[in-house]
Amino acid sequence: MIMKEVAIVIDNLTKRFEDVTAVDGLSLEVEKGELFGLLGPNGAGKTTTINVLCGLLEPTSGSVRVGGCDAQKELNKVKELIGVCPQDTAVFSYLTGRENVELFGNLHAMPKEKLKKNTEELLRKLDLLDDANRRVGKYSGGMRRRLNLIMALVNDPEIAFLDEPTVAMDVQSRHAVWDFIKDLKKQNKTVILTTHYMEEAEELCDRVGIIDYGKLIALGTPEQLKDKFGAKNLEKVFIQLTGRRIREEL
Amino acid sequence: MIREPATLFLIILFPVILTLAFGTSFGAIGGSQSTTYQIGVVNTDSAGPYQQWSQRFVGNLTNTEILRIQDYSDNETAQADLIQGKIQAVLLIPENFGESCNSFWAAPTDSSLWVNTTVQLYLDSGSMFATQAIPLIIQQVLAATVYGDQPISVPRPIQIGSPSLIQASKTTMFDYMAPGIFAYAAIFLTMTVAQSFTTDREKGLLRRINITPTTPTEFMTSQAVSNMLAALVQAVLVFAMAYLIGYRPNVDAASFTLAFVIVLIFSLCNVGFGLITATIAKSPGAATGIAFVFIMPQMFLGTFVGFALSPTGQAAGKFVPSYYVTDALTSLFLRGAPISSPTILLDLAVVSVCSVIALLLGIVLFRKYGKA
Repeated sequence: MIMKEVAIVIDNLTKRFEDVTAVDGLSLEVEKGELFGLLGPNGAGKTTTINVLCGLLEPTSGSVRVGGCDAQKELNKVKELIGVCPQDTAVFSYLTGRENVELFGNLHAMPKEKLKKNTEELLRKLDLLDDANRRVGKYSGGMRRRLNLIMALVNDPEIAFLDEPTVAMDVQSRHAVWDFIKDLKKQNKTVILTTHYMEEAEELCDRVGIIDYGKLIALGTPEQLKDKFGAKNLEKVFIQLTGRRIREEL
Repeated sequence: MIREPATLFLIILFPVILTLAFGTSFGAIGGSQSTTYQIGVVNTDSAGPYQQWSQRFVGNLTNTEILRIQDYSDNETAQADLIQGKIQAVLLIPENFGESCNSFWAAPTDSSLWVNTTVQLYLDSGSMFATQAIPLIIQQVLAATVYGDQPISVPRPIQIGSPSLIQASKTTMFDYMAPGIFAYAAIFLTMTVAQSFTTDREKGLLRRINITPTTPTEFMTSQAVSNMLAALVQAVLVFAMAYLIGYRPNVDAASFTLAFVIVLIFSLCNVGFGLITATIAKSPGAATGIAFVFIMPQMFLGTFVGFALSPTGQAAGKFVPSYYVTDALTSLFLRGAPISSPTILLDLAVVSVCSVIALLLGIVLFRKYGKA
């Protein structure tokens, strides 16, 4: 049996905010080079989990290891390994697309030549090269989201956390981003992807974890989950597990 | 309205603060108080045969209650305090003052028998009010001392010489205000910094930057440096505009350099206030309003408004950092004090300490409570 290297270890993670338990005893491992989908309704704990993994939040209990480093004790090393595409589009409107990307490359202390090369390549791959010198304030919503993704990956991280990267994108853009994410997998990068689009999870993910009320309620490949729950697609599995009640973000 | 704290602040608290600021600055808060002027007296006729004249003169000056007399044994010491703004005028009573008075009363109608003399009056060129008020007071007291009820039009053996008055009469209102305007420009950095941080926090940019390997120290240092550069540009622009208007301070390169250094150090103080504001404010709108809590006291008590303050306002001014910036620039640009003078060095030290405290406090508070 081939023992694959583990990139991310979440061990009995719990995170409470006052009287709300956002993540409740979550445990899972993500292998190196795996594209792992984290699914769940609004308020399930997906973004909280991502925030703990990248060191923005401290766990109430439990531990997380990213790239072999403890996310609490070795946070500086973790930050050098990861790239994070946040759920909200966090870009500087008064800078151009290229300036935004280069700024974050400089915050990662990237060498100039490598930064330039990566910037050009990423802008080209996500079809933003022609608009790279325009101020982001003039970009459409889809363009901003693609830029948001590029800024997360300019430093060529080993591990990428993509929090709903295709939300509010049109079909063409979404498919372009899917191709981009598949390309990340070919580069043997480890990716954790959160999404509400079940077809996206089916299309991209090696394995999927479904969380609800902060707990992991299902884990497996899309095919395994469909077989296990006798569903035609992942959406049916999701609704079976999480119910039809409308949820709200914390 | 009740649920929006920022609006509540602007509608309720802001007018209260504004009224308080005006009242403290120009009104009678602390009881009705009249302005007093501190003048140094060098009496070189205190031991002569007619010393009673100079003693009566000094006594009458004291009795005005508007003048507070400080005795000096020599003119050099008095001039040193004048140039640093510690006193508003120096009165030099000549050795033959008593003799001159006596000669008038011995022959009030025969001017050829008078011993003529001049009482020298040096005024603080950094104070518009001192320049305007003190000569008239001195003249009145002198006349009452020497001539009693004699009409003013009668020729007299004693004149008041005010060498620095000639210099001061060329000084415009803007010249008095200009030192404060330099400080004024830096004060609004508080709002700029607060708005910038709250906007970046609201957009998730601070959180995004926090995920990179850039340390908080590096980030805060970059913010401090970039805002100092902004303050430098502002100071240059303010000076350029003032120069175009006709402002021509008679100072050397060292004094200029020190003036800009003081403004740059002061800008760090306002960066600190901006960070404190950004910690408290939950939105850029709220940041704009809350920033005025730091801006208005500094504006009213420590900039070009300062010279018009009530005694309470002047005392309160010593608790705001901008007061020391304006005081230092006034000493440099208007009084011509050297850069090594104790008052300027003290002002620089106070501004530096305030800046370090405000900046460190702002950084600590923002890191602990201000990030999303």
